[in-house]
Amino acid sequence: MIRLAVLMWLALGGVAFAETMRLAVTTSFHNSGLSDVLLPVIKAEIGLEVQLLVVGTGQALRLGRAGDVDAILVHSKAAEDAFVAEGFAPYRREIMYNDFVLIGPAHDPAQLAQATSARDALKRIAAAKAPFISRGDESGTHKKELVLWDAAALEVSAFDPWYKAVGAGMGASLNTASAMGAYILADRASWLNFGNKTGLALLYAGDPALFNQYAYLPVNAVKHPHVNAAVAQALEAWLVSQNAADLINGYSINGERLFSFNAQN
Amino acid sequence: MTDIWAGLEAAFWLIVTLDSDLVEITLRSLQVSVTALVFASLIALPFGTWLAIRRFRYRRTAIAVLNALMGLPPVVVGLIVYLLLSRSGPFGVFGLLFTPTAMIIAQVIIITPLIASITHQAMRELWAEYHDLLISLNTTKRQRIMTLIWDGRRALLTAALAGFGRAIGEVGAIMIVGGNIDHATRVLTTAIALETGKGDFALALGLGFVLIALALAVNILIHSLSRTEQEGRW
Repeated sequence: MIRLAVLMWLALGGVAFAETMRLAVTTSFHNSGLSDVLLPVIKAEIGLEVQLLVVGTGQALRLGRAGDVDAILVHSKAAEDAFVAEGFAPYRREIMYNDFVLIGPAHDPAQLAQATSARDALKRIAAAKAPFISRGDESGTHKKELVLWDAAALEVSAFDPWYKAVGAGMGASLNTASAMGAYILADRASWLNFGNKTGLALLYAGDPALFNQYAYLPVNAVKHPHVNAAVAQALEAWLVSQNAADLINGYSINGERLFSFNAQN
Repeated sequence: MTDIWAGLEAAFWLIVTLDSDLVEITLRSLQVSVTALVFASLIALPFGTWLAIRRFRYRRTAIAVLNALMGLPPVVVGLIVYLLLSRSGPFGVFGLLFTPTAMIIAQVIIITPLIASITHQAMRELWAEYHDLLISLNTTKRQRIMTLIWDGRRALLTAALAGFGRAIGEVGAIMIVGGNIDHATRVLTTAIALETGKGDFALALGLGFVLIALALAVNILIHSLSRTEQEGRW
């Protein structure tokens, strides 16, 4: 009996027999629900068990730098280019895109619904001093938000207490925005898949400045010899395949498409 | 309020249908925390007892440090263990990061001071009682420690259960060193954090109730196995 228990205990320790790899992804990608669709298919088709580490883009790049993951899937072009330039990844490969949207309280005190551009929308929030939740965690969404404030010629550090950096993932930040009736920048996929939309509504979208590109970066095996470059390659080949394209383009919530495949073959 | 009822309902269905993911993460929670508890107890029980009977120069300082370490912030422990186990850290070659082993290491560090401190407190009083007897019997230091541990086992059980309670409910450290990977390092607490992030409060709360029930079940089981709090045997 005790021996059996010990055996079960050890078995649970989990020696996985399928080939595994570690992929750091952004919270926005995971919260969208797309990973739940893709991972089982990847396992079935190429026998690869992808272990996801769900973190912000900043932390994902850190994990890649330290060699703790085999590849990363993130959405912040400037940070990715720097990552490649430093030699931590041989290249970046664009996989798919969607867009960022501005979410806010349904009664819309800052009149975002009448905004003519993303820049104008942010100016309206600042003028109304309406509460605004910032991710504040160096994630791709956070970096995008800072670029947008900059484009609107507004200085984040000069904002009054209405600007709140919560330092949390996409879902947690949306929860905070919901509880406070605040505005927030989110990616469309996370917003559509979010379960606690109480009092919130999508108020502005459509400016080309809100484009959101996701890219895949295998970690450089020359710098970190222990990374499993072969499986990272296999996953990349699958991610740019027609099969992946169909699944990514076909993923929708309430009839709304979340991602558009745009990998170049 | 409706969210709390929805949570209770979710917990009920998760348990009744024996949801396979739930069983998996619950067993992993138990595996990690019980293993951490065993290792922490092996270190902390003898150490706490030793500290109670041994007089040495910096004893007071050692006890103060031990008590302060009870309040070790799990996130900091997680971060330090992460940096040590990272591929670019000193123990990176072992490839332990993002495995249950890494989570156990972090939890051992978090709960050992707690168990040792409670042990020391209980043993100090017992030692005051046993001091003259054990000295007059000319016992060795090892015999004294073993006697105290055996006769103080009820108090030590409390110490161990306190350690288990801190381990099973801990999320900050194991989130960092385990990474909350599905089917690999996801446990109840990190799953709750994840579902909260998705805005699925009912499922998060359901998992929370399962966690509370689990802690309760383990405590009752240990008490009944060790036959404490029964008639005539306090």
